[in-house]
Amino acid sequence: MNTIRSLLARREALLVLACLLLLAAITARFPAFSTPKNLAGVFNDTSILIMMALGQSAVILTKSIDLSVAANVALTGMTVAMLNHLMPGLPVVVLILIALGMGMLLGAINGFLVWWLDIPAIVVTLGTMTIFRGLAFVESGGAWVNAHEMSPAFLELPRTLILGLPVLSWAGLLAILLAAVLFTRTGLGRAFYATGGNAVAAVYTGIDIGKTRFLAFVLSGTVAGLCGYLWVSRYAVAYVDVASGFELDTIAACVIGGVSTIGGVGTVGGVVLGALFLGIIKNALPVIGISPFWQMAISGAIIITAVVINARGERVKGRVILRRKELPL
Amino acid sequence: MSDQSAALTPRHIPDRLDSPFKRALKSWETLLMTVAIAIAIANSLASPYFLDPWNLSDATFNFTEKAILALAMTFVIITGEIDLSVASIIALASTAMGAAAEAGAGTPVLFLTGLGVGLGCGLFNGVLVAKLGLPAIVATIGTMSLYRGIAYVVLGDQVYKNYPADFAVFGQGYAFWIFSIEFVTFLGLAVVAGIVLHKTIFGRQVYAVGNNALAASFSGVKVRRIKFIVFLMTGVAAGLASVMLTSRLGSTRPSIAVGWELDAVTMAVLGGVGINGGTGNILGVVIAAFVMGLVTFGLGLLNVPGIVMSIFMGLMLILVIALPLVVQRINNRRRATR
Repeated sequence: MNTIRSLLARREALLVLACLLLLAAITARFPAFSTPKNLAGVFNDTSILIMMALGQSAVILTKSIDLSVAANVALTGMTVAMLNHLMPGLPVVVLILIALGMGMLLGAINGFLVWWLDIPAIVVTLGTMTIFRGLAFVESGGAWVNAHEMSPAFLELPRTLILGLPVLSWAGLLAILLAAVLFTRTGLGRAFYATGGNAVAAVYTGIDIGKTRFLAFVLSGTVAGLCGYLWVSRYAVAYVDVASGFELDTIAACVIGGVSTIGGVGTVGGVVLGALFLGIIKNALPVIGISPFWQMAISGAIIITAVVINARGERVKGRVILRRKELPL
Repeated sequence: MSDQSAALTPRHIPDRLDSPFKRALKSWETLLMTVAIAIAIANSLASPYFLDPWNLSDATFNFTEKAILALAMTFVIITGEIDLSVASIIALASTAMGAAAEAGAGTPVLFLTGLGVGLGCGLFNGVLVAKLGLPAIVATIGTMSLYRGIAYVVLGDQVYKNYPADFAVFGQGYAFWIFSIEFVTFLGLAVVAGIVLHKTIFGRQVYAVGNNALAASFSGVKVRRIKFIVFLMTGVAAGLASVMLTSRLGSTRPSIAVGWELDAVTMAVLGGVGINGGTGNILGVVIAAFVMGLVTFGLGLLNVPGIVMSIFMGLMLILVIALPLVVQRINNRRRATR
């Protein structure tokens, strides 16, 4: 147990080190980047990624994958933005509840197909990814909802400062806290690990792996729904291509954070650091004068590097609470 | 998922096989063929322009490039892997061809550039999945981002469009009468793919790897090598599709062929290729390509926008996999209660 602990610490320590080195390199040329104010800005900017990566990690822990999260953001975001435009009197709280409910429903559709019909998650979410985004087009007719069509309350909420931090950042912090409790202190969290770690053993332990996967998808969908509102409100615009390709970023954050894509391995801390690593790079690119067109290639290269590193470390796994049946190949 | 059912439910083996005729009648391909004919009839009733031979010929352009991807994807999926980077390979190969054309390269060089970049990308995927043993989903999600990312780095918001005039032959030329070079190439490749998959040792090994990689390796099948080869194949197929698409459009943007990996996977799965590997055949995929082509063409004639068509594609992908499972489930329940 001690060796596992130290390995875990090493994985996260490695990421902290990587983030610090990155920051040091940027600060060497642009000292303004590492001021507390700017770093808080980077965290705020990365909050949505952190939240969605945590949702994604629950799904990946159960040995599934959710490619539909970004489309979920687009559809939910478009829906609340249009509702806000059509009914400016509707309180923001109601809109947030609608976003949560709708995201939950979309996640439940994924989860249901995976649970009840045993369809591989990648196929289900590849399909729902296009369906959700297509529906965002159908409901909006391809039109944009712009800032002036949104109510002030709708736009203000993520920007409201509490104790010096915007609500968006607090949402990110709260998500980290909730995820940490859920993953390490609840039966459902253990079930996530067990389902991905060794599905057969999990069944014999009395865990309903289908239901566990279903709940993971519901969780991921609900988070994506909330982020749909946050995204549209923060960027003050809703259109069909909102968050296009963002599902890859959430997966990248997980993979960089040491979540094994074959399930059962990963920690909340790793995922958060993985997301922050990506967030720092994304925010640093314009500062150091690299065209934003580089971002996609850099994420790709980082994903591949991280997967290679993960595969290397696969032999000495982190939080495996039920050992996988070894299949030599 | 399948772990549970594999562990807890025995496989149902019938006492006696149906006669070959009855089996053919009940087969997936027959069902698909019926669907294709039904769609064709519905289309011809819905639009008077549908049955015009030149219109139909135009319709083939919309799906042949994707169908070529699907042929190669079939091999990858049968080995139990997946390649999500094919559309990005198209973008990168197209960008390379555009750059070569800017530098004054002639049509043969452009053609080889496209195929070469495809081969290179396939090689890299193959190394990641077969040599390093990475899970294909994540590895190809990474390369999907990387390849298109490089295209964005090179092109940004620019566009390449200085292709030589005779380069247009691949995507716009006709072999004879209404049959385009694209379409004839697809049919030729389908025959080759069918022979390779169903009549060669390599083809049997592809199935063996997908059905049970461990058993295959104990039977002397070089599992990693087979996987490596199928990723090379998708790379080259994507390179070829890139040549055709670039030639047809006459221009390259980094966003070229976005989302095509979904269409290729959908075609293969719609064609009866099991996503968990080990099952499927080329005939089904070819018919599925026609079904998808007919659906998009028919919807196009009815002025349905592309993004709405993609809803149909997504629904089709899920329904096609879900329906047989639902039917099977109902049958199982009936058998259990009997």
